[in-house]
Amino acid sequence: VAASESYPEELLYNAEHDWARIEGGEAVLGITWYAADSLGELVHFEPPAPGDSVQKGRSYGEVESVKAVSELIAPLSGEVVQVNEKVRGAPETVNEDPYGDGWLVRIKLTDPAERDSLLDVEAYRAVVAES
Amino acid sequence: VATTLRRTPLYEKHVEAGAKLVPFAGWEMPVQYQGVIAEHKAVRTDAGVFDVAHMGELEVEGPTAGRLLQHVLSNDVTKLRPGDAQYTLLTNEQGGIVDDLIVYRLEDCRYLLVVNAANRDTDYEAIKERELRGSDVRDVSDEYALLAVQGPKAIDRLGLPHAKAFTWAMGEVDGVEVMVNYTGYTGEEGVELACMADDAPELWDAILARGVTPCGLGARDTLRLEVCYPLHGNDIGPRWDAISSGLGWVCALDTDFVGADVLRDVKSRGPERKLVAFRMTEQAIPRQGMAIEGGGEVTSGSLSPMLEVGIGLGYVPAGAGAPGTELTVDVRGRPRRGEVVPKPIYKREE
Repeated sequence: VAASESYPEELLYNAEHDWARIEGGEAVLGITWYAADSLGELVHFEPPAPGDSVQKGRSYGEVESVKAVSELIAPLSGEVVQVNEKVRGAPETVNEDPYGDGWLVRIKLTDPAERDSLLDVEAYRAVVAES
Repeated sequence: VATTLRRTPLYEKHVEAGAKLVPFAGWEMPVQYQGVIAEHKAVRTDAGVFDVAHMGELEVEGPTAGRLLQHVLSNDVTKLRPGDAQYTLLTNEQGGIVDDLIVYRLEDCRYLLVVNAANRDTDYEAIKERELRGSDVRDVSDEYALLAVQGPKAIDRLGLPHAKAFTWAMGEVDGVEVMVNYTGYTGEEGVELACMADDAPELWDAILARGVTPCGLGARDTLRLEVCYPLHGNDIGPRWDAISSGLGWVCALDTDFVGADVLRDVKSRGPERKLVAFRMTEQAIPRQGMAIEGGGEVTSGSLSPMLEVGIGLGYVPAGAGAPGTELTVDVRGRPRRGEVVPKPIYKREE
């Protein structure tokens, strides 16, 4: 069952509909409800490998629905420490729980100051309103 | 450039049902309601209804109508009696496929052609140009709406009699008069109902009230791909000849239709490339336009909702086209393995 529209206040966002939850020197990344809803039910997650470096603003993987492919744009830079295996096996988890069980990767931040350039929930809602 | 998208008589119904609407062949059409996968499975297990009113209808009438169609269409029209239907191709001089369509024999001297939305004008002109004295071609697309009701329970849910595939009969669904065509594009038993355009909303409501699931073009595409029905513009088209496209079985090469001599030649030499079905053996979803190693190209690709693996259709060199042959698809720079499989890719386990 797809989740209903929500954008948690404690997360940071980019304009490409990716979110980040900063936890100390690490961050968990995922895609927003809006991104998941636009794509439709996800059927494939092409993740980076643990140890890969991801760069803010660059693609770090892909998600696919039956009809579409979408690149994952890293909101922050870092090194991949964990990939969500649950989503790999059951990509629709992202539609069901985009901010919880549907997280995608965990990274070790290489430039924590980058967070200052991300959008807060109000700014992100404005992006969604214009999309 | 601003283009105005056309809307079918069911546009309001789609909005009401919460459809996601997208541009398709110049029309604003529902791609999905609740989700492609759920709609796909509804058709495989029960019944789904598709608005296909964007498709074109041409009527060919007159004492020489049969002779005209025998000349422009690849299959043998003379095999049809009134009440019969036939899958056939409109070919060009090179044996390429201008369109694929279904011809229904309405009366001795009257035929209905149901053609792809994008090719309506091209088809009309191609036939009109060859019109004979004593035959008349008319585009009647705007007079009719077409609703496909497909699935193992489709006919029972509509309360219609079962009949042989590729036949048609007049009928009625909850007071709406319809031409019941026992044809479809999903690989399931079902019908395509032609009604007067004004009656379409009432017919749509009646079908939904009978417990049929509304389905969008997304599911229509995955359903036809699982059973390897080619999509004109993707898998078949004017640049590929009908033999290479695997449609030699709808070409009556003993008749004299447009391009038949070229096709006879291709058949005797053997085609250089072949349209094959394949499934991925690694996790990946092939997509239209991706390269197949060794000089091939994916023409349709998706995830199969029933098999839960990537599947596709594509052209490969004829020598690499036998079922069981391995192939490698370039998935945005990543080589991913698959294998050629027999058509259809999906078949219900009985």
